[in-house]
Amino acid sequence: MRKKEMLAMLLAGGQGSRLGVLTTDKAKPGVAFGGKYRIIDFPLSNCINSGVDTVGVLTQYQPLTLNQHIGIGTPWDLDGLNGGATILAPHQKTGEAGDWYSGTANAIYQNISYIDHYNPEYVLILSGDHIYKMDYSEMLSFHKKNKCDCTIAVMEVPWDEASRFGIMNADENDKIYEFEEKPANPKSNLASMGIYIFTWSKLREALIADNKIHADSDFGMHIIPAFLNSGSILYAWRFKDYWKDVGTIDSYWRANMELIDTVPEFNLYEKFWRIYTKNDHQPPQYTAADGDIKRSLISEGCQIYGTVKNSVLSKDVLVEEGAEVHDSIIMENCVVKAGTKIYKCIIDQNSVIDKNVTMGVGENIVNEDKPNIYNTGITVVGQDSYVPEGVKIGKNCVIYGASKASDYENGELPSGKSCVVEKEEL
Amino acid sequence: MKAIGIILAGGNSDRLGDLCKERAVAAMPIGGSYRAIDFSLSNMTNSGINKVAVITQYNLRSLQDHISASKWWDFGSKKGGLFVFSPYPSGTDQNWYRGTADSIYQNISYLKKSNEPYVVIASGDGIYKMDFNDIINYHEEKGADITIAYKDLAGTSKQPKRYGILDMDDDGRIVEFEEKPENPKKTTASMGIYVMRRDVLIDMLEKKIPEGKYNLVKDIIMAGKNTLKIYGFEYKPYWVTLNSTKAYFDANMKFLDRDTRMLLLTEPYIYTKPKDDPPVKYNVSADVKHSLISGGTIIDGTIKDSVVFRKVKVSEGAVVKNSIILESTHIGKDCVIEYAIIDKEVIISDGKVIKGTPEEPAVIAKGSVI
Repeated sequence: MRKKEMLAMLLAGGQGSRLGVLTTDKAKPGVAFGGKYRIIDFPLSNCINSGVDTVGVLTQYQPLTLNQHIGIGTPWDLDGLNGGATILAPHQKTGEAGDWYSGTANAIYQNISYIDHYNPEYVLILSGDHIYKMDYSEMLSFHKKNKCDCTIAVMEVPWDEASRFGIMNADENDKIYEFEEKPANPKSNLASMGIYIFTWSKLREALIADNKIHADSDFGMHIIPAFLNSGSILYAWRFKDYWKDVGTIDSYWRANMELIDTVPEFNLYEKFWRIYTKNDHQPPQYTAADGDIKRSLISEGCQIYGTVKNSVLSKDVLVEEGAEVHDSIIMENCVVKAGTKIYKCIIDQNSVIDKNVTMGVGENIVNEDKPNIYNTGITVVGQDSYVPEGVKIGKNCVIYGASKASDYENGELPSGKSCVVEKEEL
Repeated sequence: MKAIGIILAGGNSDRLGDLCKERAVAAMPIGGSYRAIDFSLSNMTNSGINKVAVITQYNLRSLQDHISASKWWDFGSKKGGLFVFSPYPSGTDQNWYRGTADSIYQNISYLKKSNEPYVVIASGDGIYKMDFNDIINYHEEKGADITIAYKDLAGTSKQPKRYGILDMDDDGRIVEFEEKPENPKKTTASMGIYVMRRDVLIDMLEKKIPEGKYNLVKDIIMAGKNTLKIYGFEYKPYWVTLNSTKAYFDANMKFLDRDTRMLLLTEPYIYTKPKDDPPVKYNVSADVKHSLISGGTIIDGTIKDSVVFRKVKVSEGAVVKNSIILESTHIGKDCVIEYAIIDKEVIISDGKVIKGTPEEPAVIAKGSVI
């Protein structure tokens, strides 16, 4: 096996529970973004664009969508002879019961043999949760130049928000001397982005040592503090471009909406640094004689017979005659039937909204069951759902599964209510 | 698998004028996201034919570029593959293909090294969606030696004199074939799709080529019409071929019709080389009606009854009607484009007016700056 200078380990096993029903059936990195993409496309594309051609993708929570999406890595040119994309799921070890990945560092610990196989100098640790374009090779040059044991990508965040992040306290050369997780009184505004480059020999040692102490070995809580305590060299590498954590319903919706600005801050249209995704076929989209689309992103295979404004549509969405979609995100293969009106909703893949439904209207009452998740007026429909003809649905509602007319009292689901139809137990 | 495929993509149609100056007809962009050859290639793979040779002669760079990776059509298996055969100099032989039969003969080892019983030969410029198993089944049912797919042009605006016209007896056996007859007796046009046993094709080529017979249809297939059982297989669904600028224009426009568009939107899909374009971007002043738009296109202007390919920019105030805009073309502010075919990478500066007619669409050549 040809030696790799650096390979990437992409942590894609997290649920992303604050995305509510969007992550009921798939891990957060598998959630659609920006029309035709999924969140994991961004770090994967960054890898190949940065020359990192070996990527271990660590899956755990609901991996089906990710497994189907990544396959053997062909869309990202990660299907080479030596390296490429490899899905690394939790597994049983010889003579032992299998272990789930109990922490971010534990997940890497359990795959030491995968990394050893390529005998890399450096290992890049990524998460599949963020939207950004980053040249990891620049970060690696920085790591080598400063003879680091560990380099942590950081963003300057507004001071008043710094207490929500893992904060790196660094000297004038950006050498880190302290790490504080969500400090009440932050001394710095350099927030960790969860992107690390480690010199592999050092990380390997630390993973083995920490596994003996912490059963749930975690980079932020255990490995970084251990590096600092042992006098290792850690530097902060400042990243100044666009970077979004789309971890909540509101931030997810906003990040999508920003893409429809005339000149968006995050530009998908540059020739340079293209974002790749799985394309099984790519017909053009059709706008009918009565179609009316303004300020929107419309993906391949969509057929628009109605009105779409300020919205982002993934591929193969059908919007029938007289239907209206406003300020919404509609994921692949959904059908919005004739006469239906949708305001500020997120509708996950393969869902059908039957005729003459009105969604996202009424008072802004937070969701009764999950007030921490659905509270900004956005109504969310989970994947593979059905909404029957003619019903009226409020704000901050959740619909999941094949609902029937009888699930809507007086044909209505008032703001803040949920309609969750459990799927068949398999 | 029962058959191997051959796609004849060598044609260089003069009737397509400037559009084919730098590309083979099979490489013509079509339907917003595709090249003509995607249809025959996808039909092959969707019919379970996983070994296909594309034979090409003119302007092959654009075609080579398009099919350089076989995996997009799922031809990348060990038992199958996508082969591109173009003329090459060799020590002993002359090399330029002297005709369709000669182009296959010069690559006869492809036929000899296979062991599938049948060969399906298709042309690279047909726009259609066909399951080749249907014609193979018909071929077996009839106990035919050769089966030719045909389309009845009766009731269409297409002129039979531009096609190869078949004459069949009541059983469907072909008794005559006339290439582009001045006064056609029939309207049954050959689609350029042939099924025959592989060993029969090898035999015929080895007999006829040394006699200086190089044309597949005239010299090889129809020469045997009295001794071989040659049958016609009628194909009723949508099929057109790109044999003139007008036909090219109409074939693109036809995809605006629902039925034709559904060919692209329903399985089995037509595959093409992925381009990883972002979604279509509609800005505030966009006004699009009855049009097909491909990925990466950014719209500030008006588009009506048109087919717009990838990465096109239509600026504010520009009006595009009844036109075909190929990829990476930039249309400036307040331009008016009607009944036009604007080739790739054209830059049309602000305020320009380009108008053709439905009968004679204006054509702007690739890379022009206007």
